[in-house]
Amino acid sequence: MRRDRLTLIMMTGLPAVQLVLFGYAIQTDVRHLPTVVLDESRTSDSRRLIATIGNTGNFRIVGDVADRHALRNEILAARAAAGLVIPADYARDLRAGRTATAQMIVDAADPQASGAAMSGAQLAAAALSTQIMTEQAGAAPPIEMRVRPWFNPAQRSAIFIVPGVIGVLLTITLTLITSTAIVRERERGTLEQLVVTPIGKTSLMLGKLIPFVLVGYVQMSVVLGLGVLIFKVPIVGSLPMLYAMAIPFMVASLGVGLLISTVAKSQAQAMQLSFFFMLPNILLSGYIFPRVAMPDPAQWIGLALPLTYFLKVLRGILLKGVSLADVWEPTVTLVGIAMLLIAISVRRFRKTIE
Amino acid sequence: MSTAAAVETRALEKEFGPRVAVHSLDLTINRGEVFGLLGPNGSGKTTTIRMLCGLMAPTGGSASVVGYDVASQSERVRERIGYMSQRYGLYDDLTVAENLRFYATVYGLHGRARTERLAEHASQLGLTERWNQLAGTLSGGWKQRLALACATAHTPEMLFLDEPTAGVDPAARREFWRSIYVLAGRGTTILVTTHYMDEAERCQRLAFLSRGKLIGIGTTAEITAQFGQPTIEDVFIELQRRDEGAIAGTIAGAAT
Repeated sequence: MRRDRLTLIMMTGLPAVQLVLFGYAIQTDVRHLPTVVLDESRTSDSRRLIATIGNTGNFRIVGDVADRHALRNEILAARAAAGLVIPADYARDLRAGRTATAQMIVDAADPQASGAAMSGAQLAAAALSTQIMTEQAGAAPPIEMRVRPWFNPAQRSAIFIVPGVIGVLLTITLTLITSTAIVRERERGTLEQLVVTPIGKTSLMLGKLIPFVLVGYVQMSVVLGLGVLIFKVPIVGSLPMLYAMAIPFMVASLGVGLLISTVAKSQAQAMQLSFFFMLPNILLSGYIFPRVAMPDPAQWIGLALPLTYFLKVLRGILLKGVSLADVWEPTVTLVGIAMLLIAISVRRFRKTIE
Repeated sequence: MSTAAAVETRALEKEFGPRVAVHSLDLTINRGEVFGLLGPNGSGKTTTIRMLCGLMAPTGGSASVVGYDVASQSERVRERIGYMSQRYGLYDDLTVAENLRFYATVYGLHGRARTERLAEHASQLGLTERWNQLAGTLSGGWKQRLALACATAHTPEMLFLDEPTAGVDPAARREFWRSIYVLAGRGTTILVTTHYMDEAERCQRLAFLSRGKLIGIGTTAEITAQFGQPTIEDVFIELQRRDEGAIAGTIAGAAT
């Protein structure tokens, strides 16, 4: 292993790169959308609206434009992603007690970014409306909805992503690296050479698999450590429970790796098959995209993936501090999948080394 | 060490689906023999060796190696045999010493016994000068020598060599056979398959396989006499011709 530089780099470099890439790049929370303002009203009322919108944090006012044509150009040139239009009669309507309209034009080419912007604008307007109404009526607003985002109050996506990186990395190590390592031994004839020695098939298999579990634990610790240091990921729950829960997940992933090694004829094939397995894991397990938003068939596929359950448990422990009783359902399913996968793959593997 | 024959097979058979790779093989190899297994490609040599080593389960018949049944006492067999395949089975990322140490450990050698055994073994096989070189950077001849050393680190009673000299130069082949005789001199039984007829003639006894069947067994002189050919090479070519004739016959028969 010391001289197998490539595997070593893959195993140690990968966690760091993945973590930083995903932690920083996949910022699903949209903030500071560059916004231009077309203020045809030019009153204290319109400036109040602009300030309210700017204060939401969703928008960053980057400048004023003279007319609609200029606003369009700013958005086309991607210098702005949103434009706030306040018509000339805004203040007059407001003062007269009529509904005043303002317009938020959003570049919806990126639906995720625009979605957040649109709801942000509506929220800001609603907030301002209540404020103005209370001022006019001189009474407290009848209903106030106070939103309290639990477990991730700042709603930072890194906190959501980092536990996912742990799960995805373990999947990579235990399927991709395990399967290619075993296929390589078969290609080089060392596996055959080991089978003729007196060590039993069980100890041969354990000898091949246990090191990867240890590597998995090291990776998990590295990612967790970096996550806490760089992204301030909280560890609310119990670490021993987290490490214990990793076992059924690693066993399941090892089963997949072993299974791939019995099917693949070359290292290249093992790698392709592993990536083929990785894809649904990344897309459908809830690692990045919320599973509740997926169509049913995609959710069903997700239900077959060990990562789906592991992520539930992992996020539960890290962010919410759940106990085993809270996550017994995904835990039991995960253990079941793990036992099934390892049983099938061990049987197949035994056959191939006969 | 028991007094039973080194290898004894009774109606040993291996089928891969409809194809019969080894057909009712009866073979006896005596203790201490250097025994050659010959035959054209696909005649069942490798399959036979793999069954004897416990790498493959026979589909019929029985076989015992160094006195133990390969099916029911495979662990006993494995402790007492060495096996070297065409692919050598070396770890390229490990040095000569690390490869040797690894295989010696797998065979249950530890501590001082292992160190002493390996030092003696390496000097006998002339590996000491490459002790710390990576196996992946060795030339073909050296790799072969290391593979032989790994297969015999535990002083097996019986050694199986599956085309051990394929792809190495004549000097390395001669050196290899010198090592084989060193091992044989210590009483190791050796079963070797080869395509080189000069190597076949170095064996004490030979067996010819053709299309999964044993068709001749004995010393070089006995075999050449049996087939009425001047040399072993002529026997080999004659057999290959017959094989091809038989295949052509089947195809012709199937066509009519």
